[in-house]
Amino acid sequence: MPSIGQRRNRPGNSNWNWIFYLLPALVVYTFFMAYPLLNSLRLSFFTGSGFELSRFIGFDNYIRLFKDPQISERYWGDFKNTWIFFAVHMIVQNVLGLLFANLLTRKGLKGSDFYRTVIFLPATLSILVTGYLWKLILNPQWGALNLILGKLGLMGEPFAWLGEPSTALITISLVSSWQWVGMPTMMFLAGLQNISGDLFEAAAIDGASRGTVFWKIKLPLLRPIIGIVAILTFVNNFNAFDVVFAMENVNGAPQFSTDIMGTFFYRVGIAGQHPVGIPDRGVGAAVATLTFILLAIGVSLIMGIANREDRR
Amino acid sequence: MKFTAPRIKNILPHILLGFWTLVVLFPVWTMVINSLKMKLDIYKNPFWLPPKWNFQSYLTVLRNSEFPLYFRNSLFVTVGSIVMILFLGSMAAYALVNWKSRISRWSYAFLIAGMMFPIRIGSINLLQIVNRLGLLNTIWSLFPVYIAMGMPIAVFVLSEFIRQIPEDLTEAATIDGAGRFRIYRSVLVPLLRPALGTVAIFNLVPFWNDLWFPLLFINREEHKTLILGVTRLFGQYQTDWSRILAVLTLSAVPVMVLYLMMSKQFIEGLTAGAVKG
Repeated sequence: MPSIGQRRNRPGNSNWNWIFYLLPALVVYTFFMAYPLLNSLRLSFFTGSGFELSRFIGFDNYIRLFKDPQISERYWGDFKNTWIFFAVHMIVQNVLGLLFANLLTRKGLKGSDFYRTVIFLPATLSILVTGYLWKLILNPQWGALNLILGKLGLMGEPFAWLGEPSTALITISLVSSWQWVGMPTMMFLAGLQNISGDLFEAAAIDGASRGTVFWKIKLPLLRPIIGIVAILTFVNNFNAFDVVFAMENVNGAPQFSTDIMGTFFYRVGIAGQHPVGIPDRGVGAAVATLTFILLAIGVSLIMGIANREDRR
Repeated sequence: MKFTAPRIKNILPHILLGFWTLVVLFPVWTMVINSLKMKLDIYKNPFWLPPKWNFQSYLTVLRNSEFPLYFRNSLFVTVGSIVMILFLGSMAAYALVNWKSRISRWSYAFLIAGMMFPIRIGSINLLQIVNRLGLLNTIWSLFPVYIAMGMPIAVFVLSEFIRQIPEDLTEAATIDGAGRFRIYRSVLVPLLRPALGTVAIFNLVPFWNDLWFPLLFINREEHKTLILGVTRLFGQYQTDWSRILAVLTLSAVPVMVLYLMMSKQFIEGLTAGAVKG
């Protein structure tokens, strides 16, 4: 077979004509994605009023972000909260995903398609709808969840899961994990199905236990996918906003315990902070820039670990 | 002869997956079933079928609120953006695969790079751009942003797919004297259908469910999308949970029904970019 899909160019039909096929996509992408992304980094050195930022002020936005006691307290608090949010997703969502993918590949498992459909179902819901729905279920007055826990004898008094600073952030993280667990499940599933059956047969002949097969064969071969899942989780969590917006509003109630980078960015750069109510877009751009840098570092670190050659 | 009780295979997986099924379906069940109850019956027993069926909440939401308007807006933006992505993306992919030059290689790398960066980081500048273009507070503001957002994955998936198409198929058309655009339209697009479906599904869920950009750009009622509208209705109906749940159900149902009808394609489509990227 000749190499596939590569068509010869007819004489007289200049190669440059291809530019007309390429240009529309390139133009929209450049002006509404690439340029705003990079330009927002530049804007972190500017200030102004309204939408326009025209006055260059060097690092002043960053200095405000870190030196203004009110702003910097929030920034670091939210930085920490976002890491907790991320940790819960890694531990709950991604470990469950790995578990489910493993269970779904069991030989002769009946109803595998049904389980798959169910596990992925919440990922098709709007985060806002998920958030609102769980907010109602967790509501201490109605408290469908409190009722169940009470009936099972696991809990006495109704508890305000979203009202206590000690539980609110974890609760929200769990709701978000509930929604997204289908993603890692399907990715791990695809990875497991790509592993050659010969390996499992060989292992079976050697009398390897399920645990051994998991730790010695599956997990090492899944490493690139674990890397991708970790990157996706990281990027999504550090940009998360909707779930907190739905369940606790943009102020990250109670007492900023559920405030994360996404809600902070929204308050500072887009909507304006209480009590001033006027957004400081320059500081907002600075927050976005720092998130951008953090994501770049995080993604390259995870990629480095996931793709590291085994030295043996 | 020895009788053994028929052993159920894989008991533990069924217990674990069955438990998770309950965890997933319980909130969805709660949402749907309570939206059909009278206001006060919700509090008496939130878990079971309504003692008295009540469709009033749905009628109120559909007749006396802006819900249908929001719904139309969302449909318009979602479908419109996806059609544009498929059109521009497939043309670009066609060029990128066939045009061997430095420009096309750079353009490909440049477009694909967008898969790694969340566009939200550029929100501050996007707000300015949308404002300067006079699109603020209109539904039109969402189109360019969504089209740009969908382009990297579209180009990636579609050019991967075009590379797999055997040369003979377009060769024949070329010999027949068909021009590039005719080959694109009558040979390539029909062959691309499955890949176009993947791209469409990949974008359908995030566009339909998006809160962030409508929240940033749109303040006028007539231009709000469904999810943004839901935030308002949620506040407005605060005391009537039956209505709130009807709103939530109605906003989730379209995508959920599509998903249940073609869950394989959805799962494939939504994880496509992630696994291959």
